[in-house]
Amino acid sequence: MFRFSKTILVFALFGASTAAFAFDNFKGIGRQATPAEVKAWDIDVRPDFKGLPKGSGSVDKGQELFEEKCASCHGTFGESNEVFTPLVGGTTKDDMKTGRVKGLSSGELPQRTTFTKVATISTVFDYIQRAMPWTAPKSLKPDDVYAILAYMLNLSEMVPADFVLSDKNIGDIQKILPNRNGMTTDHGMWTGASAAKGGIGNGGKPDTSNKACMKNCKTEVKVASSLPDYARTAHGELYDQNRPFGPVRGTKTLGGEAAAAPAAVSPAMEMATKNGCMACHGVNNKIVGPSYNEVLSRYKDQTDAEDRLVAKVKAGGQGVWGSIPMPPNGHLKDEDLKTLVKWILSGAK
Amino acid sequence: MGDIVKQPGRLRPAPENFLSEDQVKAVATGRRDFLRKSFLAAGAAMAAPMVARASEGDINILENPAWTTSLGLPVATNPYGVPSKYESQLLRRESPGLARVGGASVSFAPLQGLFGIITPSGLHFERHHQGWHDIDPSKHRLMVNGSDDSLLKKPKVYTLDELMRMPSASRIHFIECGANTGLEWGNVAVPTVQYTHGMLSCSEFTGVPLKHLLEDCGVDYKKARYVLAEGADGSSMTRTIPMEMVESGEVLVAYGQNGEMLRPENGYPLRLVVPGVQGVSWVKWLRRIEVGDKPYATKDEAVHYIDLMPSGLHRQYSSVQEAKSVITTPSGGQTLLDQGFYNVSGLAWSGRGRIKQVDVSFDGGINWKTARLEGPIQNKALTRFNINWVWDGKPAILQSRAMDETGFVQPSYGQLRAVRGTKSIYHNNAIQSWKVIESGEVSNVQVL
Ligand code: HEC
Ligand code: HEC
Repeated sequence: MFRFSKTILVFALFGASTAAFAFDNFKGIGRQATPAEVKAWDIDVRPDFKGLPKGSGSVDKGQELFEEKCASCHGTFGESNEVFTPLVGGTTKDDMKTGRVKGLSSGELPQRTTFTKVATISTVFDYIQRAMPWTAPKSLKPDDVYAILAYMLNLSEMVPADFVLSDKNIGDIQKILPNRNGMTTDHGMWTGASAAKGGIGNGGKPDTSNKACMKNCKTEVKVASSLPDYARTAHGELYDQNRPFGPVRGTKTLGGEAAAAPAAVSPAMEMATKNGCMACHGVNNKIVGPSYNEVLSRYKDQTDAEDRLVAKVKAGGQGVWGSIPMPPNGHLKDEDLKTLVKWILSGAK
Repeated sequence: MGDIVKQPGRLRPAPENFLSEDQVKAVATGRRDFLRKSFLAAGAAMAAPMVARASEGDINILENPAWTTSLGLPVATNPYGVPSKYESQLLRRESPGLARVGGASVSFAPLQGLFGIITPSGLHFERHHQGWHDIDPSKHRLMVNGSDDSLLKKPKVYTLDELMRMPSASRIHFIECGANTGLEWGNVAVPTVQYTHGMLSCSEFTGVPLKHLLEDCGVDYKKARYVLAEGADGSSMTRTIPMEMVESGEVLVAYGQNGEMLRPENGYPLRLVVPGVQGVSWVKWLRRIEVGDKPYATKDEAVHYIDLMPSGLHRQYSSVQEAKSVITTPSGGQTLLDQGFYNVSGLAWSGRGRIKQVDVSFDGGINWKTARLEGPIQNKALTRFNINWVWDGKPAILQSRAMDETGFVQPSYGQLRAVRGTKSIYHNNAIQSWKVIESGEVSNVQVL
C-alpha cells in the first residue's frame, strides 16, 4: 500500500515536470546556441517591429544605393517589369488616408505593385534585408536598408525628398501605408486555431459548398472558356511531352519537323545558366544586359575583345550599353569566364 | 490503310509502334514498296524472307529481337539507375512567359504520364525564389530559437549527424503550390495537365517531428503559438506555421524523400513538411525555426500567396489546400488512339485529410459515376482513382469531383468564382474539364 502510493507520487511529479520543465530530452543531441550565433541568423522583423535593427538612412543615400544595387532589375524608379513585377506605383494620396488601395477593387490597376498590396512596412524592410539584391543577398547593412526603403517611400510619394527613415519613425510610416487595411483573415484556410480562440480566421469553415449530385444535375453544359489557338502551340510540341506508346498520344501541335528531338543544350549554355548570366542576358533578346548577339556584333572584328570582356565580366561595370551596371562575377574561375566569353563571341549556341 | 489493318498481331491504328511515320505516309499515298525499302536498309540478305514472313504474323513475335538473342549488360552498369532511353518525353518543364528569370520560376511535373501516387524524385515540381543550391550537409545547421527568451528555455543548434539520430517518422504526403492552377482563374490558358496542375507532387518523407525539437529546447506552448521557418538559400524563405499543427506531430523536419536523401531542388539536406498546407510553407534548405507569439507577415505571406477577393481585400495566411482532383489520362493535349475501352485515371487530394469519394462525369457534369479509389488511402496524400470508360467516338466532356473525409465537395468554376472572383491567383481547386472531340483530341475547357 505504502509502495503503491509512492509510485503514484513519483508519477505525478514526473508528469508535472514534463509539462512545464522538461527539455534536453535526447542525451547528447544538440547544443545550446551562442548569443552571437542567434544574432547572426535571427534577423527577422515582425509587424510589431520586434527584431528591427537600430539605424537610419536618407532618401538621397537611398537613391544612390538603389541606382547602384537595385535599378538594374527593378528600374531606376522601381517601375520595371522586366525581371519582376514593379515595386512602386498604383497608390494614391487618398489610399494613404483610407488605408485601402482603391485600384484593387475598382479594377483600374494594370499591375499589382508591391506597395499596392503590402499592409505591413516591416515586411518590406525584412525582405530587402534578407534577400536583396537578388544576386547578392544579405550584403546590405541596416542603414542601407533604411535608406533604400526611404527612397522607395519617396517614389511612392509617401515621404518628402529630405526624409530620413529610422527605427524611431518607421512606425509612423505604418500609419500611412496605402494598403494597411487591405488584408482580411476572415477565411477558413488557416490551419491553426481560429480568431475566436486567439488564432487566425474562422476555424476552417470553407467558402464553397458543392453537393455530390449524381443524376441529372443540370440541364445544360455551359462551356465558358476553351483553349485559345495561340496557347495550343505556346508550350511546344505536345506530342513530345507524352510517351509514344500507351493509351494515348500527345497531340501533334507543331507538325512534323518540330517534333524532332530538341537540340542538346551546350555545356557553355549550361554554365551560363548555372552562373546566373541568363537571368540578365538572352541569346537574342536584351533582358537587363545586352543580348549575346548584340555583344557579338559589337566586338566581332576586335582581336583583343576576348580578354577585355573577360576582365569586364569579372569586375562588372556599366557605361558601354547604358547606365545599368553588371554586378561583378568574381566568384567564377578565370577559365570559366574565358569559356563563357568565347562562347558568346562564337554565337552563344 | 488496308494493309496496316490486316497485319496480324497489332491493333489499329497506332502505326508508330510498328511502322515509321514515313512508312505510314507511304502506305497512305499508295506506295506499295514501303516495306521492301525499309527492310533493304536494315539488311539486304534478310529482306526477302522477312517480307515473306510478315504475312504470317507480327515480326516482333516471329523474329526474336536482339534483346532475346544476345547477352545483356552487367550489374551496376549504371551505379545510379536512370530511366529507359525510351522515356525521354516526361520531363519537368517551364511554362513559357510565366516567369521572367529561371531563378524565380517554376517547373511543372509531367502528371500526364505518371502512375500511382508517388512522384519520382527527379520529376518533382520545382519552385525556387532565388535559385537552388547543393548544400554541403556537413556544414548545414538547424537552429531553434525564440522570438524572445520567455518562449523557449534554451536555443539550440543541431547538425545532420544529430538530427538523424533522433526518433524519425516516414509519411506519404502531397505537396501543392498555392498557385497551382493559378493561370486558369479567369479562363483557359494552358494546354495540358502538366501546366494546369503540375505544381503538385507526392513523396514519402522521412524526418524528425518538429515537436520533438521544440520540446527538446523547452518550448512554452502556452505563449508560443506560431512558428517561423527559415531557409538557408539566398531568399532565406520564411513562412508562419501554426503551433497547433506542430503539436499534432504532423510537421516534420525531413531529410529523406522516397527512400533516399532529399534532392537538392527539393531542399537537400533539410526541409519542412507541413502536410495539407501549400508548398511555400514547406521551407526548403531549412536552417532556422523560431517560435513566437505572433504571426510574422513575411514577404511570401504579405505580398505574395495572398488571395485577391472581388472586394479588393486580400486574404492573408490562407494556407490549406482544399479538396481537388484532376483526370490525368486522358487529359489536355493528348489524343485517344481509337474508340473502345479506356481506364480513365486521375488524382485526388485534400489538405483537410483523406479522400472519401471521387466521382467522374463524361457529359460535362450532368451525370456522375463513382470511381474506384486505389488504397490504402492516406491522410493528406495523393489518392489515385480509376474508372472504366468505353469511348463511342462521340464528343464528351470528362470531369472529376473529389469529396474529402470532412464531407467537403470540390467546387465547380461557377461556384468558386461566385465567392472569390477571378483574380485570386492562389488556391484554385475548381473541377477541371477535358473536352474530347471526334478525332480523339482532348483539350482544356472550363465548364461553369
Ligand atoms: C538581379 C536582379 C535583381 C536585383 C539587382 C534586385 N532585385 Fe529585387 N527582386 C528580383 C527578383 C527576381 C525578385 C522576385 C523574387 C521572388 O520571386 O521571390 C525581386 C523581389 C524584390 C522585392 C519584393 C517585391 C514583391 O512584390 O514581391 C523587393 C521589395 C525588392 N526585390 C527590392 C530590391 C532592392 C531594394 C534591391 C537593391 C538593394 C533589389 N531588389 C535588387 C530581382 C532583383
Ligand atoms: C544582374 C544582371 C547581370 C548579370 C547577372 C550578368 N550580366 Fe552581363 N551585363 C549586364 C549589364 C547591365 C551589362 C551592360 C554593362 C555596360 O553597359 O557596360 C552587361 C554586359 C555584359 C557583356 C558585355 C560587356 C561590354 O563591356 O560590352 C558581357 C560579355 C556580359 N555581360 C557577359 C555576362 C556573363 C558571362 C555573365 C555571367 C557570368 C553575366 N554577364 C552576368 C548585366 C548582367
